[in-house]
Amino acid sequence: MANFWTGYAWPTVITAVEVVIVVVPLLLAIAMLTYAERKVLAFSQLRKGPNVVGPFGLLQPFADGLKLLVKETIVPSGANRVVFVIAPLVTFTLALVAWAVIPFDPGVVIANINVGILYLFAISSLGVYGIILAGWASNSRYAFLGALRSAAQMVSYEVAIGFVLVTVLLCAGSLNLTEIVEAQRRIWFAIPLLPMFVIFFISALAETGRAPFDLPEGETEIVAGYFVEYSSMTFALFYLGEYGNMILMSAMTSVLFLGGWLAPFGVAPFTWVPGWLWFMLKIAFVLFCFLWVRATFPRFRYDQLMRLGWKVFLPFSLFWLVLTAGVLTAGGWLPQR
Amino acid sequence: MGLLERGARSLLLTELLSGMGLTLRYMFKRTVTVNYPYEKGPLSPRFRGEHVLRRYPNGEERCIACKLCEAICPALAITIEAEPREDGSRRTTRYDIDMTKCIYCGYCQEACPVDAIVEGPNFEFATETHGELLYDKERLLANGDRWEAEIAKNLGLDAPYR
Repeated sequence: MANFWTGYAWPTVITAVEVVIVVVPLLLAIAMLTYAERKVLAFSQLRKGPNVVGPFGLLQPFADGLKLLVKETIVPSGANRVVFVIAPLVTFTLALVAWAVIPFDPGVVIANINVGILYLFAISSLGVYGIILAGWASNSRYAFLGALRSAAQMVSYEVAIGFVLVTVLLCAGSLNLTEIVEAQRRIWFAIPLLPMFVIFFISALAETGRAPFDLPEGETEIVAGYFVEYSSMTFALFYLGEYGNMILMSAMTSVLFLGGWLAPFGVAPFTWVPGWLWFMLKIAFVLFCFLWVRATFPRFRYDQLMRLGWKVFLPFSLFWLVLTAGVLTAGGWLPQR
Repeated sequence: MGLLERGARSLLLTELLSGMGLTLRYMFKRTVTVNYPYEKGPLSPRFRGEHVLRRYPNGEERCIACKLCEAICPALAITIEAEPREDGSRRTTRYDIDMTKCIYCGYCQEACPVDAIVEGPNFEFATETHGELLYDKERLLANGDRWEAEIAKNLGLDAPYR
């Protein structure tokens, strides 16, 4: 019996508490991200943005959430009810489970597994299922078109992301995210691998369906894409999932290229700031870039999107992968284990 | 521009980055939003808003039921009925404006020989039902009493140009 408590029940309780500690601030961050997005877009367009609900409009996302909560969930009569309800749950859950392997500080991680980056890659690939299920189950033309676009887009850009990840793995010599961060103690990978960093960032935009690659939900053509038929909390779950994915991608960018929790310089005033705060700041910076890009660029045409993915990013990242491998081998800089 | 230069430019994303620089500069410019319910933009004295029926300073209503406004109204929004009052003066017994038909062209106030019907500066008279926007004489006179000061000022400001 003692074995049951110490070996099974107690670790489960601890994990559950850890999950809550990660997920609750994450949901708050998602709420604040929607607010930040509206503010950044507003300021770049010389507007004020939300400023009525609460001080500086800070409570706006909660008002929005409350509004969605009290609305009616409409299931279209032609829809497949079960899949229709499951799809947003899949999207939302997948956006959250990936956080299990993200290291916030040395050792501060829910699951410090050795294949962390593969896990992240797998989860972000699974994300497309929620979208396809939603598009299919809605039984609506727009939703279906959006889902197909999204599927094709995600598959295309995952190839480029895959090569970028392999390049980072070559430099770090580990699939464990904590060790990848530690490998950047001398220099952040964003500097020697700058082109890959840019490719990863742009692919992350495409992967999360953000502007200028927001074709899956292109308002002007297909209304809202895969979630046209969704309302109320099912819609909110999609929304949370989408913004959760944005934060996740920013966290991945920070871990892989911007040195995770490491301070930019290992000297006094920078080392006073705790590591997790550096990590948050880096995530916030990458998120700001997401919003900044959205404020700047118009949407791609679909064939341009495919061209960029397959004809530019794929050969370029492949070339850079071979180049990196060659330089590492020639210089004898391969990480030793 | 040679192939080399074009290639270098597209590889270094110069155009994209300069575009992003522009949006970044705009983020620090002054916002131009008028924070509407709390602050309002300026209105011209000629602004044509909600209608009012005015009175003379002694309290007598100005309208003499000439029906010129009813005749000129292009939207047929005005309905007037008139008969002599006990003291023999010609007055309206009914003066209705359907505010949902009105197109705010201002012809009624132009047609009026005694400045009785005037479109005032008020534009915030949204209601929750259609019926509330079918104004009768009582409502229009009440509007007149409420906005008289501003309307008199605006008419005075516009007078030199008439």
